[in-house]
Amino acid sequence: MQTTIEQTTSFEVSDKGFYGRFGGAFIPEMLYPNVEELRQSYLDIIAAPTFQTEFWQLLEDYVGRPTPLFLAKRLSAEFGATIYLKREDLCHTGAHKINNTIGQILVAQRLGKKRIVAETGAGQHGVATATVCALMGLECIVYMGAIDMERQKPNVDRMRMLGATVVAAKSGSQTLKDATNEAMRHWINNPIDTHYIIGSVVGPHPYPDMVARFQSVISQEVRKQLAEKTGKETPDYMVACVGGGSNAAGAFYHFLNEPSVRLVAAEAAGQGVTSGHSAATTALGKPGVLHGSRTILMQTEDGQVTEPYSISAGLDYPGIGPLHAHLFDSGRGDFYAITDDEALAAGFQLSKLEGIIPALESAHALAALSKMNLQAEDVVVLCLSGRGDKDLSTYSKHL
Amino acid sequence: MTTAITQNRITDLFSQKNERLLNVYFTAGFPKLDDTMTVLRGLQAAGVDLVEIGMPYSDPVADGETIQQSNGVALDNGMSLKALFAQLADCRQEITVPILLMGYINPVLQFGIDNFCRMCQAVGVDGVILPDLPLYLYLDEYAETFRKYGILNVHLITPQTSDERIRFIDEESDGFIYMVSSASITGSVSGISDPMRGYFERIQEMNLRNPRLIGFGINNHETFDTASQYANGAIVGSAFIRHLEKQGTSPESISAFVKTIRA
Repeated sequence: MQTTIEQTTSFEVSDKGFYGRFGGAFIPEMLYPNVEELRQSYLDIIAAPTFQTEFWQLLEDYVGRPTPLFLAKRLSAEFGATIYLKREDLCHTGAHKINNTIGQILVAQRLGKKRIVAETGAGQHGVATATVCALMGLECIVYMGAIDMERQKPNVDRMRMLGATVVAAKSGSQTLKDATNEAMRHWINNPIDTHYIIGSVVGPHPYPDMVARFQSVISQEVRKQLAEKTGKETPDYMVACVGGGSNAAGAFYHFLNEPSVRLVAAEAAGQGVTSGHSAATTALGKPGVLHGSRTILMQTEDGQVTEPYSISAGLDYPGIGPLHAHLFDSGRGDFYAITDDEALAAGFQLSKLEGIIPALESAHALAALSKMNLQAEDVVVLCLSGRGDKDLSTYSKHL
Repeated sequence: MTTAITQNRITDLFSQKNERLLNVYFTAGFPKLDDTMTVLRGLQAAGVDLVEIGMPYSDPVADGETIQQSNGVALDNGMSLKALFAQLADCRQEITVPILLMGYINPVLQFGIDNFCRMCQAVGVDGVILPDLPLYLYLDEYAETFRKYGILNVHLITPQTSDERIRFIDEESDGFIYMVSSASITGSVSGISDPMRGYFERIQEMNLRNPRLIGFGINNHETFDTASQYANGAIVGSAFIRHLEKQGTSPESISAFVKTIRA
C-alpha cells in the first residue's frame, strides 16, 4: 500500500492557483467562502496520516488498485512499438473517476459537509460520485445534461440505483458545460452544508490541483509497474484523452518533469476540427475564463462560450483544465484532434485485437497512436481511462 | 487604497440621496436587439435612481433561469459588447441617471480591459459589476485601468462573507456595495426571511463607509420597502425581466412596474 501523494513538480500550481498564465479562481463572491475554505484546508487534510491511511486502503480494497499495466501485444504489433495499457477501466465503477471521488468524499467528510453535488458528462463521474456517497452515507445530487441523460441512460439508472438524485440540466446545449453551470448554481444556493465534487481538473483553484493529486495515483503506479516489466520507470510516450483532462492529468503527473517522456493528449475533433461540430479545444480555442478558471476555451470573438460537440459525452466540453492549457502553451504536451470516426475505428480495433471494449473517451487516446509516427524501440503507455459498456448503444450503430 | 474616484454620477447620486434608492437591472438587447435605449429611457422617465444594464453571456452562473434566458434571447438577437457600446454611444445626450454594466469577465477580457473601460467612459457608463472577477485579481491587475477611466467597480458581499472580508471590500470599494440578500442565484428567492434580516442588521451595525444596495429576491413593494429599512436601497432584476417579457417595453409598462415597486 502507498502512503503518500507526491507533492512536487515544476508544473506545481502557484498559491493563487495558476499554472503559467492559466488557472486562478474566477468565482462569484457567493462561492468565495466555500472555495477559500477548501483552498486553505485541502493540503493539510490530504496530508494527514488518517486521511492517507483511509484513502489508500479504499483505493486498494474498494477500487481495486493497483490497476494492471497490460502489455498489449497484438496492438503493439499493429503499430510497430511496445504499447502498454494502464487499465483504469478495471477500477470499480468502470473508470478512473473513482480515484478522485474517493479522495473528495474524504475531504468533504472532514469539512463536515452533509450533501454532495456533482456534474457529469458521460455519467462516469456521476456514477463514481453516487458510489462514494452511498459508501459514506451522504446525500448525492448529480446534474447531467438532458441530452447526455438520453445517450448515457445506463449510467443514469446506475446513479439512481445508488441512491443519487439525477437532475436534468436543460439550459444551453444540455451537455456537460450546462450540467457544470447548474451544479455551481446548486452550490451557490447551498453554500454551508454542501461540497461540490468536481469530476475533472477544471474549476476554480484548488480543484484542478486537488483532482490532479488524487488522480496522480495512475502515474505513480505506472512508474513502478513499468520498472518491474522493463527495468525503466519512464516510457517514451504517455498517451491519454483530454476533455476536462482528469485521466490525462493523473497519467502525466509523475512525468511532468521528465522531458524524455512525451505527453500526448487526444482531444475530440467530433465531425472534424473545422466542421463546426467539434470539441478540439486547443485547435479551436483561445485564452478565456469558464467555470472558475482561466484556460483555453472555445469561444466566439465576443467571448461567448461555443457549444462543443463530440460523440463521446465525456469529451464534449468547450475547455480543458488549466494544467493542460499550460502543457499546450509551453509545448510540453503534444495535442492531437481525433474525429468521431477515428475514435470509433480505434474502439473496434482494440476490441478485436485485445478483447477490451474501451470507453469512447479512451478510444480517442487509442486513435492518437496512428498519428504519432511510432518507432520500433518506442515504449508507449496509454491510459485506458474507462470501459465501453456505457457506449454500447453508440458502438452498435456502427457495427 | 489608491485615489478614490470622486467625480462620477454614482458617487454624486449617493451624496444627494441616501435612502430608498431603486436600481433596476435589465438585459441589453432584450426582448429585441434595439430595445436597450427604449428600456433605458423608460426607466429614467419612471424615476429610477440607477440602471444596471446586463451584458449578455452564454454561461451566467450567478444568475437564475429568468436572467439566463434573457441573456440567451439577447445573444440570439445579436447583442455583443460592441453592439451595446454602439447603442449607448449618444445616450448621455438624454440620459442623466447613473448607468452600470453588469456581466461576466470573459466577454470583457476578450474585448480588452483597457478598451472596455475606455468605451465605458466614452459612452458615459459610470460603474461595472463583474461577479466572477476575483477581488484580488481586480486589485492586482485591473484597478488602475478602471481608475484611469473613472469607472467604479462594484463588489458583492453575501451572508457568508466574513466581517474581515467585508471590511476589506468596503475599504477597496467606492460607489456602493452590492449586498446579495441570501445564499442564492438571482430570481430564486422571494420574500425576506428572519435570517436575511439578521444579516442585514449585522451589516447595518458595521457602519461601512460605502452605501449599500440589497439585491436578489427584491421583486415587489414589500421586499423593496424592507430592504430599504436596512440599506440605502435595493436592486430589482428578474422581476423586471419577467415584466418586460409579459407587458412589453412601453414607457407606460415600465412606469407601471416601477410604481408597483415604489408604491
